[in-house]
Amino acid sequence: MRKTTRKMWAAAAGVTGIALLATACSSGSGTEGEDEPSEGGNITLTVATFNEFGYTDEMFDEYEASHPGVTIEHKKAATSNEARENLNTRLAAGSGLSDIEAIEVDWLPELLQYPDKFVDLTDPELDGRWLGWKQAQATAPSGELIGYGTDIGPEAIAYRSDLFAAAGLPTDRAEVAALLSENGGGWDQYFKVGKQYTDATSKPWFDSAGAIWQGMINQIEAPYENPDDNSIIATENADVKAAYDAVVQAAVGDNLSAHLQQWSDDWNASFQGENAFATMLAPGWMLGVIEGNSAGVTGWDIADVFPGGAGNWGGSFLTVPAQGANTEAAKELAAWLTAPEQQLKAYASKGTFPSQVEAQKSPDLLGSTNEFFNNAPAGEILVNRSEGITEVYKGPNFFAVNDAFNNALVEVDVNGGDPAAQWESAIQAINALG
Amino acid sequence: MATSTTPPRLDRRASSTPPRAPRRVGFSQTLGRWDVKVSPYLYISPFFILFALTGLFPLGYTAFVSMHQWHLIGGQGPFVGFENYAYILQEPNFWKSIRNTFSIFFLSTIPQLMVAIVLAAMLDANLRAKTFWRMGVLLPYVVAPVAVSLIFGRLFSDQFGIINTLLGYVGIDPIGWHSQPFPSHVAIASMVNFRWTGYNTLILLAAMQAIPRDLYEAAVIDGASRVRQFFSITIPMLRPTIIFVVITSTIGGLQIFDEPRLFDQLGQGGPSRQWMTTTMYIYEVGWGNQKSFGRAAAVAWILFLIIIVVGMINFSLTRRISTDNSSKSRKKVKR
Repeated sequence: MRKTTRKMWAAAAGVTGIALLATACSSGSGTEGEDEPSEGGNITLTVATFNEFGYTDEMFDEYEASHPGVTIEHKKAATSNEARENLNTRLAAGSGLSDIEAIEVDWLPELLQYPDKFVDLTDPELDGRWLGWKQAQATAPSGELIGYGTDIGPEAIAYRSDLFAAAGLPTDRAEVAALLSENGGGWDQYFKVGKQYTDATSKPWFDSAGAIWQGMINQIEAPYENPDDNSIIATENADVKAAYDAVVQAAVGDNLSAHLQQWSDDWNASFQGENAFATMLAPGWMLGVIEGNSAGVTGWDIADVFPGGAGNWGGSFLTVPAQGANTEAAKELAAWLTAPEQQLKAYASKGTFPSQVEAQKSPDLLGSTNEFFNNAPAGEILVNRSEGITEVYKGPNFFAVNDAFNNALVEVDVNGGDPAAQWESAIQAINALG
Repeated sequence: MATSTTPPRLDRRASSTPPRAPRRVGFSQTLGRWDVKVSPYLYISPFFILFALTGLFPLGYTAFVSMHQWHLIGGQGPFVGFENYAYILQEPNFWKSIRNTFSIFFLSTIPQLMVAIVLAAMLDANLRAKTFWRMGVLLPYVVAPVAVSLIFGRLFSDQFGIINTLLGYVGIDPIGWHSQPFPSHVAIASMVNFRWTGYNTLILLAAMQAIPRDLYEAAVIDGASRVRQFFSITIPMLRPTIIFVVITSTIGGLQIFDEPRLFDQLGQGGPSRQWMTTTMYIYEVGWGNQKSFGRAAAVAWILFLIIIVVGMINFSLTRRISTDNSSKSRKKVKR
């Protein structure tokens, strides 16, 4: 008998242990929601961003002070790709997202297909806070506004005045702007000056074919998809083919490119190299990247000019995923973070150029200079560059199609592939999406 | 103790109260029988329950998903049968990923195993500061794979990398580590080798130390050289361990993901998918631009089947080679 009971106890303990193990996962997720009561009491709001949004701890402290009971946690991802993967995965899983998730304009359209996964942030009081096209980007066809705009990327030209001087080109930023604006100031003029420079020095004019591609595509009204039904038109769009031919001619035909893939290790290192390129397309947020990669290099400056008119590259939004426990409080915080005053502070901290109409008129912004870029009046230049930006239609497949063309251009520009064959393989990749 | 005392007690009770005894004894006997029959299963069940939850269920569910149209965010769609499999099998990128996976697998596993055996044999010899050398071999394994990939990615940069600079001194043209398939496979395989050779060395070393020393003594008396001893005693005696190492590195090698993904900044496996492995392809199909879980699940199942087949081929190959060797060596040692 004794033996039996002892064994029975052991067995009972074993069974309980297994049962506990098996329920461990389910009870874990069950208690998560209970930690954060949604009505009254203390709540914790998490804010997930990527790269550098320029939000400082002081800003969060200020909000916490004026909203007792609210604690803010800031999570930063290193790259926008990483943030996109995290968002997609957890959106699919239905849990685990932060109360506020930052998203980038290029992959925003994918999410616009699922407005019910996000809180509708429409608020009559905030009408007119952002530039019209910025707000339109985050509005779903059915009318919901899923994100509040943070920054935009109006593009200027960053150039190395020391390299310009060596090639006998003007170095003053007004003269450079005037030079690039001659003959209508199109891409042809930019490439023409580049050819002069390259002929004189046999050094590269710009960093990467992919960068020029971004600049050109962001000036075509509806490059890849038909705005009416989202069908992919990239393969027949004459503008896209013309841009491809122009980029290939400039990068490989005229050898103006440094033959680097943007964001690669080689690209990062090339800022310091002897064969460094002389110009770059520079949206506001790129200025920080250039400075970070160019330690010890002097001579960078910004010219108030951009080939082919104005263009916007990048820019982000704050969204409130519907799966969160405190969506009302999160909406309030998102509205506060994207208010002009806060965005100006973010600009001062990391150079993220505001998308808010009022912030763009602020004297703080207009008067700001950038020490690294030879004390250029960066704020004023970017405000000028943001004038005349038109909305580029980006549908749900924009990211994927752009990716295919970028891959083709890397093969041609960096790896010496055949332009026609690579165009064909990009078309194949795009057709596989449908 | 308990076992010796219980049976007599039961007997006594049974004899004192005959009418009730059968029921009571019957019940405790049933309990006892259950105890004997069921409890062993109970004791081993935690593993199987956990395996069913974390291994078997996902496997079955993946098969279920692979038969449906299934969007990452949109969720389950209609049942499509084997359409996803048919789609995957006609995709050129899938076949590229298979080519890359096997190329990287061969470039990493085979040299790695050979180097690991030789290293283990050297560590098995009478060295000074044995523990130091043994720990040194394991050191790369401790380094996080992401850090290894970042460092090697830099070493293998096309224009500014150290390796191409060094090759330049010897007069070799820079190699397109990030532009051509084969060099990129060599670069990735070198990361894998850096990380895993030490680990396999220690496993093989442990097995080597279990080889009875009198075999070597007998061989020395027979006049066998060190090399001969290595091939005729050490390798055949390592047979089970080699099988183990080969199978684990097959599974690991065919599922390689971290190193190729971090080989450049975009993590897509190159602009023309020069070094995209099959696991990266799963990721691209499921989480990348197509966001199709159904197709990703189909690739996962195809990969599973490939691993099983390759694992079995490996198993039979290693077994046959080792058997041949060991039978020969036994004969020779006898003589």
